[in-house]
Amino acid sequence: MNKADVVVIGGGPAGIEAAYNLARDNHKVVLVEKEEEIFGHMQTAYTLFPNFQDASEIRSSLLQKTKHGNITLYNNAEVTQVSRENDFWRVQTINGLDFIAPAVLLASGFKTFDARYKEELGYGIYKGVITSVEFEEMLKVGKIQTANGEKPRRIAFLNCVGSRDEKVGNHYCSRVCCINAVKLSIEAKKQLPEVEAYCFYMDIRMSGQFYEELYRKSQEDFDVNYIRGRISEVAPTFDNRLQVKCEDTLSQTPLKMTVDLLVLMIGIEASEGTARIGEQVGVNGEYNFSKSISLHTADNKTKHRGFFLAGTCKRPLTVPETMADARAAALEIDLYLKSLSQ
Amino acid sequence: MKDLGFSISQSRTIDLDKSDLSAYRRVVEKVPSAKLCLMCGACTATCTARNHTDFNFRKVHLLFRRGQFEGLAEELDKCMLCGKCRLVCNRGVNTRAIIYNMRIILENLNYKSIK
Repeated sequence: MNKADVVVIGGGPAGIEAAYNLARDNHKVVLVEKEEEIFGHMQTAYTLFPNFQDASEIRSSLLQKTKHGNITLYNNAEVTQVSRENDFWRVQTINGLDFIAPAVLLASGFKTFDARYKEELGYGIYKGVITSVEFEEMLKVGKIQTANGEKPRRIAFLNCVGSRDEKVGNHYCSRVCCINAVKLSIEAKKQLPEVEAYCFYMDIRMSGQFYEELYRKSQEDFDVNYIRGRISEVAPTFDNRLQVKCEDTLSQTPLKMTVDLLVLMIGIEASEGTARIGEQVGVNGEYNFSKSISLHTADNKTKHRGFFLAGTCKRPLTVPETMADARAAALEIDLYLKSLSQ
Repeated sequence: MKDLGFSISQSRTIDLDKSDLSAYRRVVEKVPSAKLCLMCGACTATCTARNHTDFNFRKVHLLFRRGQFEGLAEELDKCMLCGKCRLVCNRGVNTRAIIYNMRIILENLNYKSIK
């Protein structure tokens, strides 16, 4: 059994940022990541909204932070068991690691919604239907193309796939998809200026700083079209394109349109690790997201002493919100560890 | 007065002070999920009656909610109550039951459709 001051579960932006801040405060941090690679969902990102910052810059910054002398990083170390042992927490992993520490930070993050549950949208059935994550990967390699390897003439983005949807059990808004669709449509127009981009929405939620400006810019400078109506049917055409159907609710008329790519803006759900560890420890809240003791005043603490939360294991968050939350969690843990040694 | 060939047209404003909003409350009593509609139009887009008519459930539902009953009975006759709209509704609204109840209420209010 190895001793540490803090075990941080999850090597995404939240876990790394928190680990680094704890390490700077001279705490011995063990950072466990279930995958071969760190970065979590940041791994697949191309640029970040709202300022189009290159995600690889964020990745190198995070990588640099993991190299701090007080951090020991373990890859391929999926956590199997978190348990309380006297005044300590014991964390065991799938590859046989066994740690004991006075504090644990859960930063196990989110997973994206499995679009196959929305069968009527044709994901996994028609090749032209892809997820926002897959489209981001296309942008990253600079190859926006249809399944036949052709340049798309028209791309549609559909918001709220797996969010705000009672049929899949997710009543909540995933918060980031609206602005992400704006970002993706602009990036699509940058790479393929002649492509037509259409965003289908139920409501456009531009609540963050500079989001509304970016929405406006997408219309003013990039000719992105917005249609208020939820696509409820997708069908293939004879020439392997896709016909999408919605109601253009503002003109009160049903609308159909043929597109080459349909990008589903998939929502955010609690990751399997978040759900499982939350269940073990007893901090599961709504939709398996982890629950802090006070949203307003103690959002990194749980009902268990020494067990802390950071990032999207709690709820859908943007990258800057996640990083800020991680720093806040590090501060809480620092105070907690200091209180133990007094 | 001399007829100059002009007439006063009906107001095109929805006057909520003068609209009968109680009818919709009766729909909501029978079908509480009606309150959840956020007017996304998924129902209208997937409607089977829509292939042959200009039926627009979302629009009819909204006009009924606002107490604008004129012509709605005829519109509602276009629905075959197949329930496909209910399958795609992401708010779990029992669309078919709303149509059924709107029909009954309109009938009681003497808004007859031309059959």
